[in-house]
Amino acid sequence: MKPLLGNWTLALVCGAAALAGLASALSVARASAGEAANAASSTATPMLRRLTEAQYRRTIADIFGTDIKIVGRFEPDLRSNGLLAVGTTAVSVTAGGFEQYEQMARNIAAQVTDGVHRDKLIGCAPGPSDPKGEKCAAQALARIGLRLYRRPVTAPELRWLTTSTLSSAAQLQSFDAGLAATLESMLSSPDFLFRIDERGPGGVVDGYSKATRLSYLLWNTTPDDELLKAAGAGVLDTPQGLAREADRLIASPRFAEGVRAFFTDFLMLDDIDTLSKDVLIFPTFTASVAADAREQTLRTIAYLLVDRNGDYRDLFTSRQIAMNRTLGPLYDIPVEKDGWYIHEFPEGDPRTGLLTQASLLALHAHPGRTSPTLRGKAMREVFLCQQIPTPPANVNFAVVQDVNNPTLRTTRARLQAHLDDEECASCHKLTDPIGLGLEQFDGAGQFRTREHDELIDVSGAFDKKPFANALQLGQLFHDDPRATDCLVQRALSYATGRELDSADMPEIAQLTRIFGDDGHRFKALMRAIALAPSFYALSAEPRSASRIVMQKGKGKRS
Amino acid sequence: MSKGRFSRRGFLLRGTLGGAAVTLGLPILDAFLDNNGAAFAAPLGGGPLPVRFGTWFWGCGMIPERWQPKATGAGYDLPPQLAPIKRVQQHVTVLSGFDVVLDGRGNLPHISGNTAVRTGAPADVWTAIRAPTLDVTIAEAIGSGSFFRSLELSADGDPRTSYSFSNGNSLNAAVPSPFELYTKIFGADFHDPNKADFTPDPRIMVRKSVLSGVGEQRRALLARLGASDRARLDQYFTSLRETENKLALQLQKPPPAEACVVPPAPTKPASSVDTTDIGNRKANHRLMAELLAMALACNQTRVFNFAFSTAASDLRQAGNTTGYHQITHEELIDRTIGYQPTVDKFATWSMEGWADFVEVMAGIKEGDGTLLDNMMVFAHSDVSYAKNHDVTGVPIMLAGRAGGKIKPGIHINGAGEPITRVGLTVQQAMGLSVDAWGLDTMRTKRNLPEILV
Repeated sequence: MKPLLGNWTLALVCGAAALAGLASALSVARASAGEAANAASSTATPMLRRLTEAQYRRTIADIFGTDIKIVGRFEPDLRSNGLLAVGTTAVSVTAGGFEQYEQMARNIAAQVTDGVHRDKLIGCAPGPSDPKGEKCAAQALARIGLRLYRRPVTAPELRWLTTSTLSSAAQLQSFDAGLAATLESMLSSPDFLFRIDERGPGGVVDGYSKATRLSYLLWNTTPDDELLKAAGAGVLDTPQGLAREADRLIASPRFAEGVRAFFTDFLMLDDIDTLSKDVLIFPTFTASVAADAREQTLRTIAYLLVDRNGDYRDLFTSRQIAMNRTLGPLYDIPVEKDGWYIHEFPEGDPRTGLLTQASLLALHAHPGRTSPTLRGKAMREVFLCQQIPTPPANVNFAVVQDVNNPTLRTTRARLQAHLDDEECASCHKLTDPIGLGLEQFDGAGQFRTREHDELIDVSGAFDKKPFANALQLGQLFHDDPRATDCLVQRALSYATGRELDSADMPEIAQLTRIFGDDGHRFKALMRAIALAPSFYALSAEPRSASRIVMQKGKGKRS
Repeated sequence: MSKGRFSRRGFLLRGTLGGAAVTLGLPILDAFLDNNGAAFAAPLGGGPLPVRFGTWFWGCGMIPERWQPKATGAGYDLPPQLAPIKRVQQHVTVLSGFDVVLDGRGNLPHISGNTAVRTGAPADVWTAIRAPTLDVTIAEAIGSGSFFRSLELSADGDPRTSYSFSNGNSLNAAVPSPFELYTKIFGADFHDPNKADFTPDPRIMVRKSVLSGVGEQRRALLARLGASDRARLDQYFTSLRETENKLALQLQKPPPAEACVVPPAPTKPASSVDTTDIGNRKANHRLMAELLAMALACNQTRVFNFAFSTAASDLRQAGNTTGYHQITHEELIDRTIGYQPTVDKFATWSMEGWADFVEVMAGIKEGDGTLLDNMMVFAHSDVSYAKNHDVTGVPIMLAGRAGGKIKPGIHINGAGEPITRVGLTVQQAMGLSVDAWGLDTMRTKRNLPEILV
């Protein structure tokens, strides 16, 4: 399978010897070519994106306040081509999912109209001049509808919503209960649950849809009143107006939320939710430690990339890390402070950079031990956008994973068997050497120097460049242009909610140039995407069918 | 990858493509709405007892020499890994030696076998399946009259552990704990069918009416969208209508259900309970099975999918650095006994879970027999011999009589026949008018006459 997009997307086939792996990779490629004729419409810029759980929660909090509780279980988001954001343009709502949305809607509507909130959130009530509350309903629903639908409610819609409110109110003998029923229907409607683009002139989306794209990209939530006002006034249709609003959003403290949302998706940190470790083997790694480990990574990233406006590459080498008391024992450092603070490891400490953070180390390991293979695979797939095929079905792992083997005491010694076997070696030479560079961190991410009393050797080579330890391995990732290329590609895919294809190459080249010229500041990359005309394109034209072939799936390890 | 292969709209509306041509779904739902539920509520009471369908899944298969009976027909022998089902053997039909045909495709570990058994053709990833899983097809035919079209359950705590897909992008997520299952079934929306008094709740009338409004008012959106987004929005409207149907059922007094006894609420477990540990898993599974039995007896659903463990089994023993899945690949065959001893234990424990499940269903009296007599349970794994991800002879077992449609308690050796014969037979036993099922070389018109009454 040839890389379709030059060196920044490399669909790796590990070598001719990996026959089964090759066969499966080729079958994917064949399927892709075979469906090319039908694929044209599906590569058009999507018009319909389901809100993610995080977006739903933040949107409700922004519109009605953070004290509105959202109780229920969301349908799982789908990871597609490496991103949940791409999955949002593929998923719909299942019967079970709708039932959950309806219950959450009912719950939210009841809170919005209860005694505590109604005066603030509804702001009017039936009275002598408005005995049935018709005016009040129309006024409240127009205001709330603008926020919920991210566009003005049309006159016929408003008539229907108002009529429906009054008829429900009559049936339930309560204006507020009638209003709650209408709010429930709005919160269950496709206009709220999906971001639905409206066509504007000139092959781009209209102003309100622009505001929506901008806001979910930079804040991961619904547009605020100011942005909606700008959209209504046509401000976003001029380059200057668009730049002004983009800069306002980036300057806001809420931009950190947008950055956190991107990195949660990019680093697959949603998987922390279902991560479990054997508590007998890793007694320190409880569910709250797992959640805090994710928070640590996100806080570290927000600090370095947003607060400090740092260089993306420095994430791989920074000695600074967000820390709290829960995580102290895992990192073997005494923490006396309350809450989060930025801790700095001493120079030369093995705990340097993102690769050595507990979240990623624990995520890419087994419940009871490490896995250099899973870690190496994740490093290549996440940070370099490469794809490692699944192992052949009839593989024999016996020697590799016999932890009681009397002569092969360390994981490295056991994994050497992979590299001695030609069939296995073709893929494992890509994953294992770099994964072994992190072997001083156990399956929960705790530092150690020995395994079964043997000193752990963490030296190796990353694509022929030697490293002595995790510190130097991080430096190699820092210096690798494939890492910044990959980030650009993922960020654009995240923003547009679709897999990229060869037609995106000029855009990617342009973004890569801007990103590099600006010292690889993540803010600069997000700003460039937010201002790119293609971000607002409404492409109904068939695009080139040559798409990047990557594996989709639930992300369960086989 | 699956996106452009066919029109997703067609996939959704027709149910299957190239598989069983079942044309159900929308027309029935519409008819149902017109009648305010009466059309469907009727068969639940007074008439014959409803027949339910479910799947039961376990990961990592078995060791063929330790699992597969030698004798066929009734009264088959029980090799060591099947010994746990002795207490329910009269209810269980064992189907061995039915193969997944890869047709030159690669064998994607733990996916090819599972997708083939459930959709009639192997796929490399779930998103690339070409037909819905057979539980969805069956639910379209029989699920509409009950409160839930289908219930998906996982005993591992993860809502993503479900092998029920309407299409590759549409996973029917699982209820992952006994506590959530109880709330879903016996929570605020539940009406005890055996209670004498019934008053329709005006709040439910209003909920139903505003949802109908969304359906009517927002349909126009469809016209604005491209084909694939239209199919997605179509699915949304179908899901919305299913909720409306549920509300319609709540406006009527539910027909009595003699076997329905509302169980006590389970206590919320401590979050520290490690359900990957086999002992905890079995306990959790049994608790969920008991709740499911009452959900079925109380007419809350007619279709279910229950995962005991994940594909590539997530089971472990607490304190052991290595889980079952890894053990299947790394454990050496003990030459003195001729098999992998720890793998043997886990496979046997999985069969204990299956025996528990059957026992729970057979323990509920209903009509002249038991709940299980009015069920058809289709149990299967993702592989046969996990060590090399073998997809020949993927183990399948059936339990129940499907209301008298099938003969239980026999062993059939498929001797390499395509495994789709089982899926076809199951659909026919559930009353679907299908004469062929499966795709490509796995397509078959031959059912298993031995088990059909």
